[in-house]
Amino acid sequence: MNSPDSFGAIYNFVSGPLVWVAFIVFVGGSIYRFYDLIKLVNRKEKFIYSYMSWKYSLRSIIAWVTPFFPVNMRKHPVLTVVTYVFHLCLLITPVFVLGHGVLIKNAWNVRWWALPESIADFMTLMVIIGCIFFLVRRLVFREVKYVTTMSDYFLLAIVAAPFVTGFLCYHQVGNYDLLLILHILAGEIMLMAIPFTRLSHMLFAALTRAYIGSEFGKVRHARDW
Amino acid sequence: MAEVIEKTEQRIVDEGLDKGADKLTGDQIARVIKAVLENETGARLKVYVDTCVHCGLCSDACHIYLSQNRNPKFSPAGKVKRTMGEILKKKGRVSPEFIRDAAEVAYTECNLCKRCVQYCPFGIDVAYILLIVRRICHKLGVTPLYIQDTAHSHSVTMNQMWIKEDEWIDTLQWQEEDAREEMPNLRIPLEKEGADVMYSVIAPEPKFQPNLIYYTAILMNTAGINWTMPATPGWDNSDMAMFTGDNEIMGRIKRAQFDAAARLKVKKIVMGECGHAFRSVYDVGNRWLGWKMPPIPIVHAIEFYYDLLKAGKIKIREKYKKSVTLHDPCNVVRGAGLHEKARYVINEICENFIEMHPNREHNYCCNAGGGVINCGPPFKNKRVKSNSVKAKQIRDTGAEILITPCHNCHSGMEDIISYYNVNMHTKFIIDILYEVMEKPGD
Amino acid sequence: MPGRKNWDWETGEKLVTDINGVKGSYNWIEEPYASPDGEKIASIVNLDVDKFGVCVNGGLWENTFDKIWHLRYSPDSRLTAIVSEMEEWSIAVDGNAWDNKFSYVWNTMFSDGGLNIAAAFQQDGEYGIVVNDVPWENLFKNMNCMCLSPYGPYSSAAVQVADFGEGEIFKFQEGAYTIALNGIPWDTRFVNVWNCAFSSDGAIVAAEVRLDLYTYTIAVNGVPWNNTFACVWQPVIHPMSGKVIAPVRVSGKWSIAEDGDIIWDSRFLQVWQQLISPDGNKLAAIVSPTYGKWTLAVDGAWWNTQFGDMLTDAVFSPDSSRLAAVGKTDGKFTIIVDDSPWDSKFDMAWKPVFSPDSRNVAAKVEKDGKYFIVINGKQIHKNCDDAWEPVFSPDSQKILVKTIEDGKYYRRIISLSEIK
Repeated sequence: MNSPDSFGAIYNFVSGPLVWVAFIVFVGGSIYRFYDLIKLVNRKEKFIYSYMSWKYSLRSIIAWVTPFFPVNMRKHPVLTVVTYVFHLCLLITPVFVLGHGVLIKNAWNVRWWALPESIADFMTLMVIIGCIFFLVRRLVFREVKYVTTMSDYFLLAIVAAPFVTGFLCYHQVGNYDLLLILHILAGEIMLMAIPFTRLSHMLFAALTRAYIGSEFGKVRHARDW
Repeated sequence: MAEVIEKTEQRIVDEGLDKGADKLTGDQIARVIKAVLENETGARLKVYVDTCVHCGLCSDACHIYLSQNRNPKFSPAGKVKRTMGEILKKKGRVSPEFIRDAAEVAYTECNLCKRCVQYCPFGIDVAYILLIVRRICHKLGVTPLYIQDTAHSHSVTMNQMWIKEDEWIDTLQWQEEDAREEMPNLRIPLEKEGADVMYSVIAPEPKFQPNLIYYTAILMNTAGINWTMPATPGWDNSDMAMFTGDNEIMGRIKRAQFDAAARLKVKKIVMGECGHAFRSVYDVGNRWLGWKMPPIPIVHAIEFYYDLLKAGKIKIREKYKKSVTLHDPCNVVRGAGLHEKARYVINEICENFIEMHPNREHNYCCNAGGGVINCGPPFKNKRVKSNSVKAKQIRDTGAEILITPCHNCHSGMEDIISYYNVNMHTKFIIDILYEVMEKPGD
Repeated sequence: MPGRKNWDWETGEKLVTDINGVKGSYNWIEEPYASPDGEKIASIVNLDVDKFGVCVNGGLWENTFDKIWHLRYSPDSRLTAIVSEMEEWSIAVDGNAWDNKFSYVWNTMFSDGGLNIAAAFQQDGEYGIVVNDVPWENLFKNMNCMCLSPYGPYSSAAVQVADFGEGEIFKFQEGAYTIALNGIPWDTRFVNVWNCAFSSDGAIVAAEVRLDLYTYTIAVNGVPWNNTFACVWQPVIHPMSGKVIAPVRVSGKWSIAEDGDIIWDSRFLQVWQQLISPDGNKLAAIVSPTYGKWTLAVDGAWWNTQFGDMLTDAVFSPDSSRLAAVGKTDGKFTIIVDDSPWDSKFDMAWKPVFSPDSRNVAAKVEKDGKYFIVINGKQIHKNCDDAWEPVFSPDSQKILVKTIEDGKYYRRIISLSEIK
């Protein structure tokens, strides 16, 4: 890391081939998980299809993406606010942060809208605060602590890492070169982790909601929020 | 503090659990778990387990968690952790003692009420996961004694209470005779092929509460319903086999009911005020048999009363005066969306209806359903103590009468009322409806 | 149907009884039953408190009883009822109670021709079957799944032969049940025994058994099959070969086994109500090939037409070439014959009936509260207040239609040539 050459080589590697690997694992892994799931349903629980309903799937999903609509969200107002801010910032910031936009423009000459830097910075901070909030919840609230496993802490770290390192890079705190490489690596690790860890709730939440929404709405004529 | 309570709590003795676990070997446990997981579960269990982010948000849904000093081991996710979580983590290599304790959790600390499904952001069905645990325990022969005895009764007699075939018919004829003193030409038509309605009940009615059959007979005759009751097995729609995990017996008794209705060529099956039986015939037992929906429509008593009142087939002489509140049973509210119809019926027959809070789909469970009350006396103390929120919830209404249109809820509520000294009486809707309706002799 | 050729197939229309005319004589008249030959119509009537009679074609049985229920005609047109006098119960046939009286009687059974009449009884808390007024000598603590052999007079039931107290679950699991054949129990005990089948000569009895809480098979004359299954349904016995055939569940799917070995390659989500064609060459069953869909399979090959709600009442034609059943989709019933459903839909449909020459299918159906008879999908005669299942004449040229119209009971013979 000391000589500019070795930095360049590592940087080129993590920002070149490894990015490809990360995206391929993320996209491929996600497709595989869906494929595997559908195969499993077809093999063992094909009856599920006969209860699925677009109307009630959407009803359930919409109910649960609308802030403070479900009763349980109203019971935990702070958590609800943090969860929404956290997830929105988590999804939007990496896509629209200027630095990522520049990289993509340099690589493919594709340009898209970028977040003003101060806002991106703020959003990154929100993700970090969200992670800290979740960490504190896991450590302090008995009902959360009881069901928390080591893997939950790892996952929090995996999610926090790209944002912490990105934040530090942006503010030029510490060894920039090292942090930049760590930032890229952390982002790649997180992407690759999505299909194969609990982060897969990003992929499956809509499906579980759709299923239970259909069962509750179409069969049982009841609300599921 | 909860840990202190835990340690001072006496270990409950139950012959079914203890003796059942004594017979087990590690290999047998691993083999049975593997077979159940491989042959009887699939995408749902996998996705639920993979998707749960351990956020703990299901906790507030559970009346047991809320009543047990918010002890996290009683939260829905906590109960999964103590059962299926360990089973999956250890790949089925768990001890007989573990199975015994997991059975206690699955059979007596969860009512499968599905309230937590409404509190989970992903809609994870914890009740389903705990039913799989029950299935494993059934396959291992580790089930609470009382409910297992009930499952045995189902297997022999196709009813829940060892009622013999002649006793059933005799009870109906006795109720018919009694009711004729009030309504001279009244009939309880047995085996009447081609009737519109087959009326079915759960076995505790003929065994302990035949007056409910009497009231229904008065209601049917007053409303001029073309109805019948079977004089063969298949009259009982209750189903503890569904709750022990004995799916094969569940299927057999559900088939007996639908076969009876098909043989009698009825248009629909109307059932008494029971919740779990509705669940069993409406969306569990029928599915095991391959019927997507019940082959012959099932009409719960609430809906039947609603239809009768709405159509003016039953008229109300004078509304019931005492203040009433309503406990929404999970299986017909979260399970069938009958909450607004129940309110219509109650407002039609009662002057003073007071809502309890929370209500409708969000009502707290009675802690009796899901087979928990059927696990009998050994678990009664724990069951009642584990529902202090319910006691508070009903006491806060200040109502004199608690209407519970479900047998399990009804019995569970009576226990809660007496343990917590709540100044209230439980009634079924039909108790009040019978009292206030216009009858031909009036 | 026995003696069918001796029935009156000539008189076109016969007003048998004006039921309205007798209404005023009784406190109430219960639902009527028509005799198989259509010549008689009978109802239980109430005469006074604890005084019941049976009214046949407007005339009352000489004997009255404290209580009467389950009025049914035997296939040979004898009228039976379960009757009670002085707290004792019996079977009355054409108005005369059997000599034997019991604490309770229920579940009247007839052999195919109606020659044998049987019922379940309880005497002082013990259970048995009475056949033609002859009760079993051995009685049992409990009894279910009563069965009479096709041509009688053999009877069987699942009976309890060992004691266990309330809550003695482990004792129960050692096995306390078996089949009693003519009152004599098998030596083998099972955890459960259900639904027997008799061979036509009554020599073979087979029943569903549960060996422990998880293992099901079929026991034949007390001996369980070598192979066991996750579940089984009621067996049938092949009328010629004597082989025992039952639906069995393996790895979560159903198929058909014969003497313990699976004989159908196909696997279904459900298989039940299997039936053997009269010539013994075909085996059909109601099956569910995909979840929530029902159809018929013959020798393992299933039909294209499938029903969403249910399928029931399957029947082979006398020449074994055709198969019909009642199907239900979206709450409406119809009749399906040889994989092609009738166009008309009904609110209810009864078991289809083939003509003796197998060419025509008729059924009693109901729509909007009115009953009528349909042949090959076409309504014959008018809508009625009530109707009974039709009967074809032995030469297949005519059909007997029994109906109630405006409170009057009619017996009609309609020639098939008139319909076409």
